[in-house]
Amino acid sequence: MNDDVIKVRGLTRTFRLRSGPVHAVRGIDLSVPEGEILGLLGPNGAGKTTTLRMLATLLPPTGGRAEIAGHDLRRDPAGVRRRIGYVAQSGGLDPSCPVREELVTQGRLHRLPRGEARARAAELAAALDLTGLLDRPTAALSGGQRRRVEIALGLVNRPAVLFLDEPTTGLDPGARAEMWDLVRRARADFGTTVVLTTHYLDEADALADRIVVVDAGAVVEEGTPADLKARHGGGSLQDAFLAITGRSVPDTAPVAV
Amino acid sequence: MLGDIGVVFGRYLRATLRSKTNLFFGMLQPLLFLALFGPLLTRLDLGTAGSSWQTFVPGVLVQLALLGGSFVGLGILMDRNLGVVDRMRATPVGPVALLLGRTLRDVVQLVAQSVLLVLLALAFGFRAPVAGVLAGLAFVAVLSMALAALSYGLAMNVRTSPEFAAVTNTAVMPLMLASGLLLPMSLAPGWLDGMSRAVPFRYTVDAVREVFLGHYANGTVAAGAAVTAGLAALCLVAAARLFRRAVSL
Repeated sequence: MNDDVIKVRGLTRTFRLRSGPVHAVRGIDLSVPEGEILGLLGPNGAGKTTTLRMLATLLPPTGGRAEIAGHDLRRDPAGVRRRIGYVAQSGGLDPSCPVREELVTQGRLHRLPRGEARARAAELAAALDLTGLLDRPTAALSGGQRRRVEIALGLVNRPAVLFLDEPTTGLDPGARAEMWDLVRRARADFGTTVVLTTHYLDEADALADRIVVVDAGAVVEEGTPADLKARHGGGSLQDAFLAITGRSVPDTAPVAV
Repeated sequence: MLGDIGVVFGRYLRATLRSKTNLFFGMLQPLLFLALFGPLLTRLDLGTAGSSWQTFVPGVLVQLALLGGSFVGLGILMDRNLGVVDRMRATPVGPVALLLGRTLRDVVQLVAQSVLLVLLALAFGFRAPVAGVLAGLAFVAVLSMALAALSYGLAMNVRTSPEFAAVTNTAVMPLMLASGLLLPMSLAPGWLDGMSRAVPFRYTVDAVREVFLGHYANGTVAAGAAVTAGLAALCLVAAARLFRRAVSL
């Protein structure tokens, strides 16, 4: 036995389209120890989002097994949902809903009693510097503020694991740095394990304890940022990425699978 | 489960109350029918008991349930595109609670709108006993629930809003015309009358017309209650399946 909070073995997902099957994920293995920040790095269409959606119980796997925070993904998806937070690329905010109400309702959806949900909302707002924004509709927030609200929603149930799908896509450099800081703080304050996808090499380098490079639906390399750089020519992570995936650094517009 | 439904219901009820324009525009169409179409009927012989309003107002109420209920799926499609549905699905709240919480909101909204329509109709000369109006609203509530739930189930299984609107429009228009909502089927030629007997809403609207006249214990009301309840049961089961299929592991 080990104390890995995420154990994934042979996870696959095939989409059956009219044009034929698409093997989006072809057998991914992952072991993530508690408290780690893991970066899933890969080009567009590598299967990162599909993998994350499967682990967040939103998409049934075609094959393989996974255990998250002690709950089997297939047998006990409700148990998994209690212990995770998930922030999609699209964010999941209702533009007309005020921040406070989103936070309190999310707590209630995690079955916190009303008073506790309110207290949790206030607490997260303070921690994520949202207190002054609580009565604004989310449409009236900047991109960086919206992202912070989305992360707060993902932390409402004090999850063991927080899944973040491209958390900094579309943010300006200042907001990106702020987001990195916030992810580190979530780990420091709550011991939250974080799995995030990115195709920004600097992000993986700065934020992740360990990087798993995914390409064409499979894990092609893994290690700390320093390991990867050393193993692939001793240059930058960009050189390593090029060496591993055999292609140039992806463009910045993400495509969800 | 009930607690979960309550949380989802509360969230969407507050969303409805925030968007007052939506509330108004949802009512606009039946309101226009009442004001601009209803008066055309007052001097016609519809072959039914009472004034033409006794026949027409129940039709407008069922039409509100039919149109208002069938298109609620557009709301969940929007939520789906924003990622709101996924965010809620990644919580312990099950798919059926997500479905029923939203549906309950729609029932409350459509019944509230029906009450307003009945009050307006009173100004035009519509008269009905209070018990009859309450019974009529109960029919509207059950029908709204059936159609709203089915609409969500469908919306979770189509890709885009235009696709959803096309399917729903295609289904709703002929059903509305063939159920004798606007004018009673007593005016219809035999073939149309026969055809309309296959449309469940016909039984609902006929029953509402009866209870608005103060007739409660007859075959028409019994048939309307049975058909409406049966339809609701079928729609809820189908909707739960459609929702689950699109949603869960």
